[in-house]
Amino acid sequence: MSMNKAQLVTWLGKLNDVYAEKKEYLTELDAAIGDADHGINMNRGFGKVMEKLPTVEDKDIGTILKTVGMTLMSSVGGASGPLYGTFWMKGGMLLAGKDELAADDFVQFIEAGVGGILQRGRPELGDKTMYDLWAPVLEAMKDEAGNASEVIAVVDAALPVAEKALADTIPLQAKKGRASYLGERSIGHQDPGATSSYYMIETLRDVLAG
Amino acid sequence: MKKLINAVEDVVKEQLEGMALAHPELKVNYEPYYMCRADAPVKGKVAVISGGGSGHEPMHGGFVGKGMLDGACPGEVFTSPTPDQMYECAKAVDSGAGVLFIVKNYTGDVMNFEAAAELVAGEGVKVQNILIDDDVAVKDSLYTAGRRGVGTTVLAEKVVGAAAEEGYDLEQCADLCRKVNQYGRSFGVALTSCTVPAAGKPTFELGEDEVEMGIGIHGEPGTHRMPIKSVDEMTQYAAEQIIDDPAYSRTVREWDGEQWADKELTDEPFAKGDKVIAFVNSMGGTPVSELYAVYRKLDEVCRAKGLTIVRNLVGPYITSLEMQGFSITLLKADDEILKLWDAPASTPGFVR
Ligand SMILES: Nc1ncnc2c1ncn2[C@@H]1O[C@H](COP(=O)(O)OP(=O)(O)OP(=O)(O)O)[C@@H](O)[C@H]1O
Ligand SMILES: [Mg+2]
Repeated sequence: MSMNKAQLVTWLGKLNDVYAEKKEYLTELDAAIGDADHGINMNRGFGKVMEKLPTVEDKDIGTILKTVGMTLMSSVGGASGPLYGTFWMKGGMLLAGKDELAADDFVQFIEAGVGGILQRGRPELGDKTMYDLWAPVLEAMKDEAGNASEVIAVVDAALPVAEKALADTIPLQAKKGRASYLGERSIGHQDPGATSSYYMIETLRDVLAG
Repeated sequence: MKKLINAVEDVVKEQLEGMALAHPELKVNYEPYYMCRADAPVKGKVAVISGGGSGHEPMHGGFVGKGMLDGACPGEVFTSPTPDQMYECAKAVDSGAGVLFIVKNYTGDVMNFEAAAELVAGEGVKVQNILIDDDVAVKDSLYTAGRRGVGTTVLAEKVVGAAAEEGYDLEQCADLCRKVNQYGRSFGVALTSCTVPAAGKPTFELGEDEVEMGIGIHGEPGTHRMPIKSVDEMTQYAAEQIIDDPAYSRTVREWDGEQWADKELTDEPFAKGDKVIAFVNSMGGTPVSELYAVYRKLDEVCRAKGLTIVRNLVGPYITSLEMQGFSITLLKADDEILKLWDAPASTPGFVR
């Protein structure tokens, strides 16, 4: 089964709930190795997405994704604003005119999005950023889509990989972003950006599983 | 949390409203947030714009006015502004001579200003972005996001603002700003933490008798903690970090008019005989009287090291909310920089 627009809209709504619920937690993670604003930033950004969503809900998926990206870009701020903004916008540019996504479309969306994160932040693997989550997740999704799979199977395959990648950020020493100023003191903490990215995948799995 | 606020969500907006009422010579825009000279665009003049998280006042909004900035874009407290702010601000102040973005080197600020530069360039406006990365507490650029932008930003806004007023073109303004950045070095010390209104509690814990050396301006941890010492000892340490700092190299990304280009920059260390502008700054909670105690020792250390302080600035100019602490910035001053430093400026936070 492909992923339809209603599921996309539900996903965004649930993400808003998740970021409201996890606001304190994400901010605590960011307090440990950053500047204690990541949860606040994400919560504010998705709140704005919810305000904008009704104006584009009946448009195509590309338009919805682009609107999400532009809204995050102009409301999140910090490092994660341009990174997530670019992520969703790249997907939107790719999926113009679509009303549902086959597994291949979905994986292309993630691939374009991760490409956007790379372009904007120029992270390298092991720098302790959200890219350390997205890189293995994208690989897992591509592998699963190669089996001509359903979107839910693609996301299912990615979830345990994401879970592991998230935990794997803990022992890393940050080399990008604010956390890098801590040097070795950044070791032993989970990356906040990787954590907010993990929620995107986990929440989508819940939505698709119904 | 004990603060002069109404609702946490309204902090930035209400403070901007207050500024607008107090300073009719500024125009404040709320959707999105930016402030600019009410008389902008100034015909034929390069527009100088800066921005960053709120909580460092008077920087940047307080430096908007004749002889300094044309526009400033405030983000939420300690969070960088977003590209739509810089884009709208640039459109409001560009006279056709182009726009210079002065960007403090923090990942968030850098990425948001880069996205903004692309948007502005897409409209056919000439734009350049120059980074300020002067915090010597950050030693290497290979394993970090590089030196943070701190005190030199204030001096750059004064000097480059004066140059734009005198008729420098965009490239000359950018070259000058790069030079000021390369000539400036800073080091900060925190005596207490600060509280971001939205977080409600102090960003970090610092013992009653402890200080944090090498802090940035957002309550981010510094290089190390130690028991508090005399002002002379702490000033000596900070000054020596700056004066003895060796050459510093890194790669910066600048917009070349069409695309992003990497540029290798090396800052030379201070040398005996250099003339400097000395800037002693309060992090917000430290009284000016204590800054003069810092200045007293700084003058002595500079003399001992063979540097001559030819101008100074003492006061709270780039703050970290209510944090107690200070920072020292030394800027090597050649004739061009001195002449522009002495040029008139008329802004809410800096008058000459
Ligand atoms: N260069 C980069 N490339 C990819 N991801 C990055 C990069 N720098 C930071 N990040 C991610 O961004 C997250 C931090 O986001 P956050 O919104 O807290 O921004 P910030 O750095 O605190 O900026 P600001 O202080 O301006 O708000 C990190 O946990 C990391 O995953
Ligand atoms: Mg942060």
